Amino acid sequence: MGIVEAILLTVITAATPLVLAAIGELVTERSGVLNLGVEGMMVMGAACAFIATQATGSPYVGILAGIAAAALFSLLFGFLTLTLVANQVATGLALTILGLGISSMIAEPYLGQSGIKLPQIVFPVLSDIPFLGPVLFKQDLIFYLSIALVAGVNWFLFKSRAGLKLRSVGDSHSSAHALGINVIRTRYLAVMFGGACAGLAGAQLSLVYTPQWVENMSAGRGWIALALVVFASWRPWRIVAGGYLFGAVSISQLYAQAYGVGIPSQFLSALPYLATIVVLILISHNRRMTLINTPAALGKPFVPDR
Amino acid sequence: MRIELERRPDVSRLFSILSPVIALALTIFFGGIMFMMLGKDPILALYSFFIEPLMEVWSLHELAIKAAPLILIAVGLSVCYRSNNWNIGAEGQFIMGAIAGSILPVVFYDWQSPLVLPLMMILGMLGGALFAAIPAFLKAHMNTNEILTSLMLVYVAQLFLDWLVRGPWRNPGGMNFPETRTFDPIAVLPEMVASGRAHWGFGFAIIAAVLIWFMMRYTLKGFEITVLGQSARAGRFAGFSSRKMIWFSMLLSGALAGLAGIAEVSGAIQQLRPVISPGYGFTAIIVAFLGRLNPLGIVVAGLVLALTYLGGEAVQVSMQISDKPIRVFQGLLLFFVLSCDTLIHYKIRMMWYDLSETAGKGAR
Repeated sequence: MGIVEAILLTVITAATPLVLAAIGELVTERSGVLNLGVEGMMVMGAACAFIATQATGSPYVGILAGIAAAALFSLLFGFLTLTLVANQVATGLALTILGLGISSMIAEPYLGQSGIKLPQIVFPVLSDIPFLGPVLFKQDLIFYLSIALVAGVNWFLFKSRAGLKLRSVGDSHSSAHALGINVIRTRYLAVMFGGACAGLAGAQLSLVYTPQWVENMSAGRGWIALALVVFASWRPWRIVAGGYLFGAVSISQLYAQAYGVGIPSQFLSALPYLATIVVLILISHNRRMTLINTPAALGKPFVPDR
Repeated sequence: MRIELERRPDVSRLFSILSPVIALALTIFFGGIMFMMLGKDPILALYSFFIEPLMEVWSLHELAIKAAPLILIAVGLSVCYRSNNWNIGAEGQFIMGAIAGSILPVVFYDWQSPLVLPLMMILGMLGGALFAAIPAFLKAHMNTNEILTSLMLVYVAQLFLDWLVRGPWRNPGGMNFPETRTFDPIAVLPEMVASGRAHWGFGFAIIAAVLIWFMMRYTLKGFEITVLGQSARAGRFAGFSSRKMIWFSMLLSGALAGLAGIAEVSGAIQQLRPVISPGYGFTAIIVAFLGRLNPLGIVVAGLVLALTYLGGEAVQVSMQISDKPIRVFQGLLLFFVLSCDTLIHYKIRMMWYDLSETAGKGAR
């Protein structure tokens, strides 16, 4: 395997959790809900996936546990913001703080244990294609899922009736309500989908990226995923482009550190965060484009009047 | 069962005061359950978490030390949040304030003058304000979401501090430990009262809280903050500028976070280390909401959250519980505060029966 393939593989590994968390948040935001708790749901997913894998010996059970834990956890956010109409920004922050706390508490006994890496699934013939084969067809389940999810979400949002309803809820909840669409139920489901995706992203971190438990191991990826949704202007395939761009940035700093470029490592580590800011500036500078694409009811609470 | 909300005609005064208290009670109750699940005696754990730290003079001083940065930061954040500017990067502004203020005692350590301490505090405020100016500029002039930019800058500030104390600012006589030289006594914030360690940071916090409370309540600026926060459109008609408000609130909260940073470093740690804050900038968000974004409420809330840090340390020593439950406690508290706030604006009805049936009867 050549050096280019090797680099591409690491970029994919770094990008997959970002793509997953962002595609989930995209659906949540398309329904008009801003959930800033991605970081907390992700780290909950990582912790529960790792614990379940250690307990059962099967990383696939771990994946399921990560997804279920984060989806349940997101219900807490849903209950507060949708049923009790609490402030979405503050509640999202609360979810992050609580997620970081609970995960570090429940996974503390697992610190320093070596985990089980999710095995690769090799497609027999396709993986023999030179260059593309090892990069695209010799991956783990979560990578394949990430691509399938993006394609699925794209189809769902723009080609299915339910997706149209979801977008209408996100653009004008009052009109959607008047048309007989159940706004609150739609939003609950969207929030849970976001949670499940963040949980899967977390599972990737503790089962593929670094198969072990490290406290706060999401390290700001949940926030980067939130930025990715803005970057993608709420369009699914652009999430993949953005995610891989960020993956490349974070991998390039690792390579630069390994090859001893004369820049202090802290500056290189700051690169992904600085890149996020730069990208946000570039995207949001164009006010009209942001306005056109942002779900019109994003972050606005809905109380049905009777 | 379903839950329905009915908007109250007026904001409930009773629940404005009660809701933080209910939230606290719920947190303590669930905290007890959490300790039980960890296999500890819940009553004993809660006692050593919440009561014991209040029984000794020295630990009251520790309480003031930990409450000072929380109150200072949260008071600034309350102005931001009331005006609908979501600065969540106070942790970064705290660190940059600490770094800026430490220039004098670390780089110009030879300079002996009574001016050193006041200048350090001013530099700290400048450092925090300048760092908050980045998301302020980006929001006001580039239309960039301040939540994400201010948070990203926290990581940048942490890495910058890490680089400073391992690189250029490392103590030459410090056996290669990643820390700066310890501050000269002239650069150390003095104690407030003779009985213990609590330094003037707590005094700053109280002064800031009272000043901001006065501003919010009795000045035009305070009115402007509230109006723009509730409706930017209404504010425009009154001739208020949202853009100027972004700058004002972000710079103010940045400066207060910076002051908290340098006061903590100068008063409590007396040198820079790779980590100088146990998440004060994030905990202060909880403090701001528990205090219902009211500066005087924030003083009380700051003391409560400071108690969770102290209590966490206490149970760690006395009952061999790890320090992890602290964050869970804090997160739970914010959750309950936010849910109880619903009671202020809404009546909550539990519906135990089938709604469609009664609706049909009503129509007949």
